[in-house]
Amino acid sequence: MIQVKNLTKYYGPFLAVDNISFRVEEGEIVGFLGPNGAGKSTTLRIITCYQPATSGTVTVANHDVFTDSIEVRRHIGYLPESVPLYPEMRAREYLTFRGKLRGMDRPEREKAIQRVTERCWLGDFIDRPIGQLSKGMRQRVGLADALLHDPKILVLDEPTIGLDPTQIRETRNLIKDLARQHTVILSSHILPEVEATCQRTIIIARGRIVASGSPAELRERLAGTSRLIAEIRGPEQDVRTAVEGIEGVRKVATSLANGWNRLTIETSGNQDPREPIVALAAKRNWGLREIRFEVGSLEEYFVQITAQQHVGANAD
Amino acid sequence: MRNILPLTQRELAASFYSPIAYVVGCVFLLFTGYFFITGVLVPGNEASMRPLFAAMTGTLVFAIPLLTMRAVAEEFGSGTIETLMTAPVTDTSVILGKFFGVFVFYAALLLTTVPHLIVLLSYSDPQLGVILFGYVGMLLIGALYISVGLFASCCTRHQLLAAIIAMGILSAFTFLVDYFADFVGPRLHGVLMAVNVPAHFDDFTKGILDTKSLVFFISTTVLFLFLATKVLESKRWR
Repeated sequence: MIQVKNLTKYYGPFLAVDNISFRVEEGEIVGFLGPNGAGKSTTLRIITCYQPATSGTVTVANHDVFTDSIEVRRHIGYLPESVPLYPEMRAREYLTFRGKLRGMDRPEREKAIQRVTERCWLGDFIDRPIGQLSKGMRQRVGLADALLHDPKILVLDEPTIGLDPTQIRETRNLIKDLARQHTVILSSHILPEVEATCQRTIIIARGRIVASGSPAELRERLAGTSRLIAEIRGPEQDVRTAVEGIEGVRKVATSLANGWNRLTIETSGNQDPREPIVALAAKRNWGLREIRFEVGSLEEYFVQITAQQHVGANAD
Repeated sequence: MRNILPLTQRELAASFYSPIAYVVGCVFLLFTGYFFITGVLVPGNEASMRPLFAAMTGTLVFAIPLLTMRAVAEEFGSGTIETLMTAPVTDTSVILGKFFGVFVFYAALLLTTVPHLIVLLSYSDPQLGVILFGYVGMLLIGALYISVGLFASCCTRHQLLAAIIAMGILSAFTFLVDYFADFVGPRLHGVLMAVNVPAHFDDFTKGILDTKSLVFFISTTVLFLFLATKVLESKRWR
C-alpha cells in the first residue's frame, strides 16, 4: 500500500530524514515511534504530498507522491499534528467544504458527514463554531475530515496528543476499529500508545529507522538482554565468584542492600540459571530471599535504542 | 478545476467573517462618497463618473492589499495550508479560488457606488456607455491589484507584511512610474508608460477600449497569479 524507498529529506543543511525504507501492507496498522524531532512528521508529510523529498521515492497505492500527487491525495486521509481548522467555520460547514473540495456531490457528501458524525461522536457540537471547541473536540473534527472520503489509507500524526485519558482510550479504540477497513499509519512519541494500537512498530530516531517489528518481536529482542535479579546473604566475594562459575551466567554485578548482596546477573542465550543458583545457595548455607527474571519493558528498550543513537551521534 | 468553486465560496465567507473586510468596506464607502460629492456632484462639472473613478485608483492601492493580505498568509500562519495542500487540489486551483473569492467581494464593494450613479442620473444626463466602460476598467484594475495582493500574501506568513509588500508594489506601478516618467529619457519613458496603471486606466474612464490597455491589465493579472502559484509551490520545498 505504501512503499518508502531510500527516503532522505534535508531542511537546508539539517538532515531530518536519513535514507529510510519501509513498506506498509494493506490493512496494517503501523506505528511510527520516536522522540520529538526524530523525523516522524517529516516522513508523514512526504507521504501525504505536503512536502517533496530531497531524494528517494514514495509510492502510495502504486502512485508516486511526486509525479502523481493528486491521485495519491485522493487515497489518503490525513490528520496533521497541529489539527489545523478554520476557527470561523462550524464543524458541519467545514466538513461540507472539505467534501466539496474532494469533489463529492451533495447526497454523497451528506451521507459521508452523517457517517463520520457517528464515527467520531460529533453529534453534540457539529453545529458549533470550531473556534469554540475544545482540543479534544477539534481533534475529532480533524479525524472526521480525514475519514470523510472513506480513504484507503489514513495517516494520523500524533492522533491522541492533548486528549484526556478517556478520549485517548476512545480514540485508540476508534483507530483499531478503523483498521478493519483502512490501512493506518500513525505516529507517536508515547510508547504505550503504539503498543496498544499497532500491529507493527517502526522506531525512528534522528532520522533513521533503529528498529522495526511487532510489539511481541520487539519484546523478544528485549528478552535477549533480560537480567536475573537475586538477593543472597553471604560473603560478597564468595557469592560473586560462585555465581559467576555457574553455566549460563555471563556477568554479575553486586550491590549491598541491608546486609544482603543484590546480584544483577546477565545470562547468555536462553539459559535459565535460576535452579543452579538456588542449589548453590542451599549447599553453601547462604540465605536466598529473592530470585526473579526482570523483563525489560518496551519503554526501556525504546529509551535504550534511542539513547544509543544519541550517544553514537555525539561520538561522531 | 471544479474545486475552485468551494475555495471561492470559503474565501468569500471568510471575508465576511473578518472585521478587516468591514473596515475596508466602510473606508471605501467614505472615500467614494467624498470623491463623488467633491469631484462629480459639482455644479458646472461634466456629467460623468470619471473624477470618482480616477480618484479611486489611488485609494485601491491601499484598500485591496488589506483585503488580500490574509488570503494565503493566514493559511500559513494557522497551519491550515497543510490540510489544504494535502487535499486533491492543485496549487493553481488554490490561487484561483482565492482570487475569485476576493474579486467577488471587491465587485460587491463596487456595487455600492451604484447609488451615486442613480443620484447622478437624476440630476443630469451622462453617457451611460462611458460609465459602463469605467466600471469595466474598475473591475480590471481591481483584478490586477488583487493578483498582486495575492502574490504578496503568498510570500509571507505575516499578514501585515503581506499588505505592506503589496502596497509597495502597487504604489510603484501607480504613483512612482507616473511621477518618474516625466524625468527620464524618451526610451525609458516609453517603458514606464507601458507599465503605468493610471495611464492605462484613463482610457477606460474616457470610454475608450484600447486593446493595449486591455492586454496590459489581463496579462499582468495572469502574470501575478502565476507568480503567486510559483511562490506557493516553492514553499513546499522549504
